[in-house]
Amino acid sequence: MKAKHLPLAATILIFVLSYALCAFQYPNILSTRVIGNLLTDNAFLGIAAVGMTFVILSGGIDLSIGSVIAFTGVFLAVMMENTSIHPLAAFVLVLIITTSFGALMGAIIHHLEMPAFIVTLAGMFLARGMAFVLSIDSIPIRHPFYATMKSFYLKLPGGGRLTLIGGVMLLVFALGILIAHRTRFGTNVYALGGGAQTARLMGVPTGLTTIMIYALSGLLAGLSGIVFSLYTSAGYSLATVGVELDAIAAVVIGGTLLSGGSGFVAGTLIGILIQGLIQTYITFDGSLSSWWTKILIGFLLFAFILLQKGILYLSRNNRALA
Amino acid sequence: MQADRDTVLSANRIDKVFPGAKALSQVDFSLRRGEVHALLGENGAGKSTLVKCLTGAYHRDGGTILLDGTEIDPRDTLDAQRLGIGTVYQEVNLLPNLSVAENLFLGRQPRRFGLIDTGAVNRKARALLAEYELDIDVTAGLDSFSVAIQQVIAIARAVDVSGKVLILDEPTASLDAHEVAMLFRVVRRLKARGLGIIFITHFLEQVYEITDRVTILRNGQLVGTRDTASLERRELIAMMLGRELAAEVHDEAGAAKVADGSVRFQFRDFGRKGRINPFNLDVKAGEVIGIAGLLGSGRTETAEVMFGARRADSGTATIDGKVADLSSPRAAIRQKFGFCPEDRKTDGIIGDLSVRENIALALQARRGWARPIARAEQDRLAAEYIKALDIRTTDAEKPIRLLSGGNQQKAILARWLATNPEFLILDEPTRGIDVGAHAEIIRLIETLCEKGMSLIVISSEIEELVVYSHRVIVLRDHQHVAELTGAEITTDSIVNTIAGPAKTPAELSATAGEIA
Repeated sequence: MKAKHLPLAATILIFVLSYALCAFQYPNILSTRVIGNLLTDNAFLGIAAVGMTFVILSGGIDLSIGSVIAFTGVFLAVMMENTSIHPLAAFVLVLIITTSFGALMGAIIHHLEMPAFIVTLAGMFLARGMAFVLSIDSIPIRHPFYATMKSFYLKLPGGGRLTLIGGVMLLVFALGILIAHRTRFGTNVYALGGGAQTARLMGVPTGLTTIMIYALSGLLAGLSGIVFSLYTSAGYSLATVGVELDAIAAVVIGGTLLSGGSGFVAGTLIGILIQGLIQTYITFDGSLSSWWTKILIGFLLFAFILLQKGILYLSRNNRALA
Repeated sequence: MQADRDTVLSANRIDKVFPGAKALSQVDFSLRRGEVHALLGENGAGKSTLVKCLTGAYHRDGGTILLDGTEIDPRDTLDAQRLGIGTVYQEVNLLPNLSVAENLFLGRQPRRFGLIDTGAVNRKARALLAEYELDIDVTAGLDSFSVAIQQVIAIARAVDVSGKVLILDEPTASLDAHEVAMLFRVVRRLKARGLGIIFITHFLEQVYEITDRVTILRNGQLVGTRDTASLERRELIAMMLGRELAAEVHDEAGAAKVADGSVRFQFRDFGRKGRINPFNLDVKAGEVIGIAGLLGSGRTETAEVMFGARRADSGTATIDGKVADLSSPRAAIRQKFGFCPEDRKTDGIIGDLSVRENIALALQARRGWARPIARAEQDRLAAEYIKALDIRTTDAEKPIRLLSGGNQQKAILARWLATNPEFLILDEPTRGIDVGAHAEIIRLIETLCEKGMSLIVISSEIEELVVYSHRVIVLRDHQHVAELTGAEITTDSIVNTIAGPAKTPAELSATAGEIA
């Protein structure tokens, strides 16, 4: 096995082991209902995390996505309430806004040579602020189209349901994997993460790639916002605070190197599922505080950072002695 | 400029002016198809400036560049690549996190239905590398291969992308003898294919081994272009320096050089697992110990454990009979040790700090942060060493990264000399610097040991070790295998000791496999 596959293998192993452990204690956790819910409940996070994976692979970070998701929810709710616009048209509109927002951040990062951390931090405040400007209340969405969309699902054997939003997440992951590994853009993202200067010398259009990466993250944050509004049937400017950090955690637990250049979109899916599994376990248990999710994720993250450091150390030593 | 039908690239009357300095003036240069053309000169002579003008990294201020008879004006290196001029640098400019195949075809992957055809990428990569007799797993990450193989991959990419002119900018600087031989096989093959190859190096032996013609620059001006075969080494050096180097101080009378005086520094069973096997070493005051061996034989590792850069996990060190703590660089500096590392750019200089600050650094570190060195004192130190070591800089406040390699090296030496060390380790002090500075540094080493300083000098240039070493320690496979003294110190005996006993066929094929 190649060293670059090691973190991914570790993630899959942890997921399988912990699932087995949970199933041993609560056999019901294996039912397709639980699995269906796992996908539905984590759909918005998963979609946003795909965008985050591309950003982190390129060596960047996007702190704005939690705010963009909230903004999208509020924007949709306000549009539904105050105008007669069809939800689909509103979706298109909001995706254009969030994609341009991401592209703008990418352009600033590239052209002004600013650290992504600062630029997207500014983006985070800006998007959250815009959400508050639209409305400070939690606005319910009562459009019949929403009910229709929520009623779509695929019946799984065993009574589980793969809902529309769960399906959208899986589709986004599939497309993400395809883009990452089978397009020139995807390779350029990895190239950028390996070394921006070298990538430029090798002919990678670094500016365009950076802009496209953040535009993609913005697009997926917008899509995540749409999914979140379908999930909650409301828009609230205080929602999804800190979701960007959950997404980063999922990406890292999924085996992507925080410094960029190495990792897999598929790993992020496992990262999301591990987080979801911990939550499900706590629900099943019933007596544990939900904060245990955070504590366990904290430990997992730590373990993965150590693992990555260990792999780097090992591969360096191997080469030094080779 | 003769109208040579074989000429693939010609630069006529190139001018390049930097603020305050004329880097190139009226330089002519021509490259034929199927020739390896060395570009030589001291640091600061204008070699890299000329190359950068050819590759578009700099914009020339005057003159014309013709490629295949048509005038070109590359805007940047990418543009030059598209036109047909590819460059491979000393630091491999590929992406370590991508696979070999991805590196070779980045940005030009074959696609099917808009998606990358991974199978075709890998197939083409294998076919491309087969031309270089490289049979490796192209799906493996680039960083799983040695620098030499990465270098060949970089060449394969450059030739495949550009295909007319290949510029090799010190490609052999971090390779050992075997790897250089492999690289040269590749170069000869490309030459046979009719490529024009510009070869920049500091190793004169390599110039004679591989090149057909030499162009020599000095102070931004063309000194001349000659056929390598008919150019004598001394004449070549004279052209580069503009003066006859004083016979490169070949003091073969090594027997005469015996440091008397008592042993001051003793290392017993000193070593670190996985890096350098335990060794014994006694060093007298005023003695120069040369360390010879191939790259990876444990030369640098020896220096690192002595200086505490990597803590020794066995053995003891004593100074004047007392056990000394060498567990960290700080501890070693307290024992009056100094260490000039091999890789100036990453381990030595701090590029954005001024020459003065770089010189004062080690002294300040020894005094601790609570007792800053007064500015006047720093200025005095800087002025003293800039003068003493002839560091060529316009002033002491210039950021050190703007200096040439040889002058940076002298500044690092100055940094340690300022602390008045008693034990100084120099790792490749003359690597990548020009012949003039080279001789100066050798002279400096001799002066220092006359003053009673003990020196450990690691060098891959054996002739140089012969000149100044009182004793030479030879390393092989992480082990100190021999100690040569007095009359034993000759180039031949060192080379023979490094080569070691004849290898069995199995071992030989193992090494061949490594480099093939």
